[in-house]
Amino acid sequence: MKDDNSHGAPRTVPIQSATFTNPVNAEIRRAAATGIYDIRGGGAKRKLPHFDDLLFLGASISRYPLEGYREKCETSVTLGTRFASKPIELDIPVTIAGMSFGALSGPAKEALGRGATLAGTSTTTGDGGMTEEERGHSNKLVYQYLPSRYGMNPDDLRRCDAIEVVVGQGAKPGGGGMLLGQKISDRVAEMRNLPKGIDQRSACRHPDWTGPDDLEIKILELREITGWEKPVYIKIGGARPYFDTTLAVKAGADVVVLDGMQGGTAATQDVFIENVGQPILACIREAVRALEDMGMHREVQLVVSGGIRGGADVAKCMALGADAVAIGSAALIALGDNDPRWEAEYNALGTTAGAYDDWHEGNDPAGITTQDPELMARFDPIEGGRRLNNYLKVMTLEAQTIARACGKNHLHNLEPEDLCAVTLEAAAMAKIPLAGTDWYPGKPGTGY
Amino acid sequence: MQTFDLEAQGLRALNATLHAQASDTNQTAWEVVNPRGSHAIAVGLDAPIEVTVKGSTGYYCGGMNKQATINVHGSVGPGVAENMVSGTVVIEGDASQYAGATAHGGTLIIKGNASSRCGISMKGVDIIVHGNIGHMSAFMAQSGNLVVCGDAGDALGDSLYEARLFVRGSVKSLGADCIEKEMRPEHLEILRDLLERGGCDAKAEEFKRYGSARQLYNFNIDNAY
Repeated sequence: MKDDNSHGAPRTVPIQSATFTNPVNAEIRRAAATGIYDIRGGGAKRKLPHFDDLLFLGASISRYPLEGYREKCETSVTLGTRFASKPIELDIPVTIAGMSFGALSGPAKEALGRGATLAGTSTTTGDGGMTEEERGHSNKLVYQYLPSRYGMNPDDLRRCDAIEVVVGQGAKPGGGGMLLGQKISDRVAEMRNLPKGIDQRSACRHPDWTGPDDLEIKILELREITGWEKPVYIKIGGARPYFDTTLAVKAGADVVVLDGMQGGTAATQDVFIENVGQPILACIREAVRALEDMGMHREVQLVVSGGIRGGADVAKCMALGADAVAIGSAALIALGDNDPRWEAEYNALGTTAGAYDDWHEGNDPAGITTQDPELMARFDPIEGGRRLNNYLKVMTLEAQTIARACGKNHLHNLEPEDLCAVTLEAAAMAKIPLAGTDWYPGKPGTGY
Repeated sequence: MQTFDLEAQGLRALNATLHAQASDTNQTAWEVVNPRGSHAIAVGLDAPIEVTVKGSTGYYCGGMNKQATINVHGSVGPGVAENMVSGTVVIEGDASQYAGATAHGGTLIIKGNASSRCGISMKGVDIIVHGNIGHMSAFMAQSGNLVVCGDAGDALGDSLYEARLFVRGSVKSLGADCIEKEMRPEHLEILRDLLERGGCDAKAEEFKRYGSARQLYNFNIDNAY
C-alpha cells in the first residue's frame, strides 16, 4: 500500500530485500554489463559455521589445569610415520599451505620459507614448480604434485622433504585453476613451458591416473623414485571427507591434508568459491571418523586447513582430532597482504584493505601476489619472514595457553570432550555437544 | 650385461640398484627379466645406462626418466615415460593410456599402437608412434612433437598449446582449438629427423600437421562452454 505524502501521512519505509541485497544487485549489473563471470582469489567470504562457534570448557574440579606460563606443553608433531623412512619432524603443528610461485612473487615465497624455518615448521610449493628462493630458505619443504605438473621434475622431487599429491583444494573441489596472462613473466613462463603472456590453465584432474586404484600405483611410483624416504601427503578438498579420507589412506597416504571451503585459491570463479565444498568445521570429524574406522587415526596424520586464523583455531582443530594445521591466507596477511597502509592504492583499484582479492591481476600494492618488479620491490622478504615467525609463535603460544587450561601437556592431547558448541549448526557439524547440554544433532542413540 | 631377475629380487632392489649407477658407471647395460607386468619399473633413472626389459610392464615404466635408454620388449601399461626429462624409451609392443604424459623432454618411441590420451599435457618430449593413437591424445599438449604413422582417434589436440602434431593417417576428429596447419619446409625437416630417430618406414611428405589455433590462449567468456 502506498501512502500519499501530500496529506502529511507517514510513508512506508523503504525496505532492502534480504534476497536481492545491494551486493547481489551490483553483481547482477556487473554481469549484465560485462558478460564475464567474476574471478577472484581467496576463499569463501560468506558467513559459515566456524571455529568461533566452538568454545573450550577449561579445567574445573573434574579437570586439573597446568600452570599457564611455566608447565610444559609440547607442540611438536611428526608427519609421515606410516611408510616414509624420513618423516618430517616439526616444532609446531602449524604449517604453511601450498601457494604457487606465479601466484606469489619470488620474494614472498622466500619470506614464507624464512618465517617457517625460524618457527620450526614446513612450507609447501604450489602449481608452477619449486623455486630456489623457497628451497633455499625452507628447512622443510613439501613439494606439491599437481595435475598440471608445471615445473615437475625428478631432481626437485628428490630434494624435497615430502610430496603432496593434490587431488583437490577447499576453495574449488573439482576445479582446476588459471593463472592469467598478466602474471606470466619470462621466469614464470619458462618454469611452466608455455609462452609468456598467455593464460595458463591448471587441469582439474591428474593426467595419468583416474581413481583410487590408479592413485595407489602412482604413489608407488613416487616412492620408488625417491627411495621410500619421503612422506607422501594427499590433499583433498572438503567435499566428501569420510570417503575421500578412506580412499586416500587406501591409496597409501602417509598424511591426509583436508582443506575446507574457506581455504584460499590464487584465482577461480567466485561462484565456485562460494558455492562448492563444505566448511572445514563440517569436515574434520568425518575425516577423523574415517581414520578411526580404519584404525589409522594418528598413524596416518591429518592436517587441516581453511580459515585458520589464530591459536584458538589451532587448538580447536587439534581437539577435533587433527595432527596439524596449514595456513595460507593468514600467512599472507602476516606478510602484509591487505594491509591498510596501502589503502589509497586499494581504493585506486576499486577496493579496500581487507577486501582486496583480485590477486590474479597482478597489481597487488603489497607486492606479494604479483610478478611486477616495481611492486615486488616493495616487499622485504627478511622483514616478511620475521613477521611470519612472530605470527606463528603467537599462534603456538595461544594454543598452548588453551591446552594448559584444559590440563593438557601436549597440543595433541586436546580432545572433543574439551569443547562445547554455541550454535546448533556447529554442534551438528563438529559433533560437539551444544553448550549446556550433552547432546548434538545426530548424536547416536538420541533418535534425532 | 647385468641381468636382474625382477621376480626373484623385487622392485625396490631393481630401482635402488639402477639409481645407484653414477654418471660414469661402467655397468651401462642392464637386462630385466621376469617383469610380469609389474608397475614402476625403471623409474626415476638418472644415468646414461641402457635398460632392456624382457617382457611387458604395468603402469609408469620409465617414469621421470633422465639420461637412460629403456627398451621394453613387450607392451606397457598406462603412463609409460610419464614426465620424462631426457633419454629415450622404446616400446616394441603397444602402449596403454597416457603414454608420455607431461614429459618435458627425451624421446618416446612406440612401435605398436598407443591408447587414449597419448602425449597428454606433453611439455617438450618427442613421441613417435608407428601405429595408431586413441582418443583425446595430445590434450593440453604444451610443447614437443607427436608423430603418428597410423590414425588418430577422436578429439586430437584438444586445448592444445604449442606442441606440433604430425599424423600420416586419418584423424577421427579434432579437439577444441586444434586445426590443420600448413606443412612448411622447416616442419618437413623436423619430421624427417623424427622419423629417422623413430626408425619409421614413412615419408615426411605423407603427413599432415596439426597445431593450435591459439583462440583459447586468453580468457574469454565465449571460450567457457
